[in-house]
Amino acid sequence: MTRRVAVTGIGVISALGRSRGEFWDALKSARCGIGPMTLVPAGSVRFENGAEVPDYRAADYFEEKEAAMLDRFAQFALIAAREAVADSGIAFDDALGEASAVVTGSCLGGKTTEDEGFRGLYELKSTRFPPLSIPKAMANAGASRISLEYGIRGPVYTISTACSSANHAIGQAFWMVRGGVVEAAIAGGSEAPFSLGVLKAWEAMRVVSPDTCRPFSKDRRGLILGEGAAMLVLESLERARARGARVYGEIAGFGMSSDAFHLTQPLAAGAARAMRAALYDARIEGPAIGYVNAHGTGTPANDPAEVEAIRAVCGDRVLVSSTKSMHGHALGAAGAIEAAATLLALDNELIPPTANFTEADPACNLDVVPNIARTAAVEWALSNSFAFGGLNAALVFRRL
Amino acid sequence: MSDELTCQASGIAGRVARVIAKTQHIPVESITIDSTFEQLKIDSLDGINILFAIEGEFDIDIPDDAARQIRSVREMVEGIEKLLAAKT
Repeated sequence: MTRRVAVTGIGVISALGRSRGEFWDALKSARCGIGPMTLVPAGSVRFENGAEVPDYRAADYFEEKEAAMLDRFAQFALIAAREAVADSGIAFDDALGEASAVVTGSCLGGKTTEDEGFRGLYELKSTRFPPLSIPKAMANAGASRISLEYGIRGPVYTISTACSSANHAIGQAFWMVRGGVVEAAIAGGSEAPFSLGVLKAWEAMRVVSPDTCRPFSKDRRGLILGEGAAMLVLESLERARARGARVYGEIAGFGMSSDAFHLTQPLAAGAARAMRAALYDARIEGPAIGYVNAHGTGTPANDPAEVEAIRAVCGDRVLVSSTKSMHGHALGAAGAIEAAATLLALDNELIPPTANFTEADPACNLDVVPNIARTAAVEWALSNSFAFGGLNAALVFRRL
Repeated sequence: MSDELTCQASGIAGRVARVIAKTQHIPVESITIDSTFEQLKIDSLDGINILFAIEGEFDIDIPDDAARQIRSVREMVEGIEKLLAAKT
């Protein structure tokens, strides 16, 4: 059984706001959510800026006891899932709950919870560890909590492939719906990297920008870490139409590859293979792609390699932008937040820009939609995610 | 003084050579002041590991932008000398 797969609900919580509406308003007006980090003491890491969820209070979403059971990354997962499900209007009754899936991505899981526990152990010399640490920190905490909330009792799991986690998760969910393994799925990713231990480790990687994120710009100095989550509701197009659901667009293809080259250096050929695999899965050719939501981290190494791959696969007339310039690099949530951006771009016929762009780099020679959103009715779009470990994952979306 | 001797000496170059040797698991004799990172097979991941060890050895803070420019033992030594001078 092969079915077409529709996205009928989108939920986003990110540095660009705590709802899908705020997210899209920011993307179309190039509003950047990057600013001084508040979740760790100033001066504790070499870089000052991050992309934190603004004005986030767990109490706005959860009873006190429930909030205490959930690490920040799992809270974000649930908040995004609630928005996506409400948006979709889907009702997980007993039968649909049994026939549905939840697949989430997370690079770090509940590192904030672990960091607090380790601090107690090593710094405060506590001999005991908070008893909820294991269920709070497990990478599947978000997926399991979503499953509980909606009574979703089919395949529920979490994929952790660093910065490709969410694309891998959405791709798996897409294949399950397309293949008739499940009727519907909630898929996406969530991340909360702003704890001291995690930030110090990123500092030592020397890939975080000391100012802001300027993908494809000649003066780019690195990535900016971001937090948040995005979740999509996936169901067959037939089912969506039968119940009169609003359809944002279709997921039409998924492809993945491994560089088998280096743990951290990008490889254009590996990225290109994932993109080609996604195109083949969608049964289209590269030049059909009108827009690529790039991985576009803004590091000196990623951007030229990605541009080389995009040119090789899609040609030189495709529009490319990195929305990480606005919502930061949300690691295991990145692919989900960018899938939301891509679907909203197709649906609204408006390509979000690459913000903070100052100067063209001959090594990144494509139309990167600098600083101002562009009106364009695009039928097919790609969204790329490339991870440390050399793991690449690409999704193809189609406007309906 | 040969280039090799410079690195074996007790000065900054010698200390840098020993840090690189230890981090890369290579003999210190294989490192000269003119060795490039490429010759020593130091890739980007090795590079951040070496920078981390150098910061500890000399009690300095090497900014990312400066670190990115360093491609040889000599450039590393010169960079450290500048940072040490700025410290005192």
